[in-house]
Amino acid sequence: MSELRELYQEVILDHNRKPRNFGRLDGANRTAEGYNPLCGDQVRVDLDIEAGVIRDIRFEGSGCAISKAAASMMTASLKGKTVGEADQLFGRFHGMLTAAGNGSAAAELGKLAVFSGVCEFPSRIKCATLPWHTVRAALAGKDEPVSTE
Amino acid sequence: MAVSHISNALGTVNPAKRMIEMAHRQGVPVLIDGAQAAPHLRVDVRELDCDFYVFSGHKALGPTGIGVLYGRAEWLERMPPYQGGGDMIASVTFEKTTYNALPYKFEAGTPHIAGVIGLGVALDYLSGLGLDRVAAYERELLTYGTATLQAAPGVRIIGTAADKASVLSFTVDGVHAHDVGTILDHAGIAVRAGHHCAMPVMRRFGVPATVRASLAFYNTREELDALGAGLREVREIFG
Repeated sequence: MSELRELYQEVILDHNRKPRNFGRLDGANRTAEGYNPLCGDQVRVDLDIEAGVIRDIRFEGSGCAISKAAASMMTASLKGKTVGEADQLFGRFHGMLTAAGNGSAAAELGKLAVFSGVCEFPSRIKCATLPWHTVRAALAGKDEPVSTE
Repeated sequence: MAVSHISNALGTVNPAKRMIEMAHRQGVPVLIDGAQAAPHLRVDVRELDCDFYVFSGHKALGPTGIGVLYGRAEWLERMPPYQGGGDMIASVTFEKTTYNALPYKFEAGTPHIAGVIGLGVALDYLSGLGLDRVAAYERELLTYGTATLQAAPGVRIIGTAADKASVLSFTVDGVHAHDVGTILDHAGIAVRAGHHCAMPVMRRFGVPATVRASLAFYNTREELDALGAGLREVREIFG
């Protein structure tokens, strides 16, 4: 049970119920779509970037609680960041979920550290990383939808 | 025409015999995909009057990478070999190649011998249990499991055909199938969550995915009780 509570923390459930920055962004100058063909999770991220700074970011899509909360919290944490900072955060987040027991990375992630429990559920890691891969594709200006496979 | 005997996503047992009759009246040959049916009900290809019947070994307690393709001789004789190699040839000269007789014509090269033996043992085992007995027991489990799900909070059963195999596909209000799957998995209950490679069916029912408990002769009522308890835990976590 404790492992499950570790995965489904109150913050994650809250972002799942009430996702922040949800919907299309008018005036977005970067957009990317992400898709996990194995489970059907879909996400679209819109960004408004000016002078290398993420001025606004919104997402929409459908998926499980982990993917929805990950996207919601990602948008909250990226707003106002520079593209370089966003890339760095992606690296830390990705590192926390893929390198087992990397406590130091979790400490640098602030609120995003609630996702550290996902590590214990290997089949769910892609749920949490999909929105991040998608935003990275948007920042890189890739036109093709991102796939987890 | 190709059609599944039993839907993997819904459990619906298609009226295969009637469908085959209808297709044959239009001169259309029929292939039945029995991957879900062969291990769960007695199949008689002659009685069905199908042109082809296929199923996979791993769904019939057998090894992976092996299966059965039954074809009516009149079709198989008309079909060219799809692969060249040992055993599919009767004689070869510079002038003329004669293919071997059925089934060798389609069994080029060294076959998956271990798989064939493994599947044979699995099918003997199933036949030994008696597929009619298997089907009767699984029907009982389905009735019990259906009642269990109907009593669980916020559960909607997807697939309620009158003639149904022991498949319980369902959704939980406000909770994505993968979250349900993870919580059930944690409680020791193996289910499949997702679109079951049947995206058009998911769309038809207006759901992105379902959770599916597939029951077999080795499952018990106690396990279905555990499924019910697991679903209450889903409610506890997601509120």
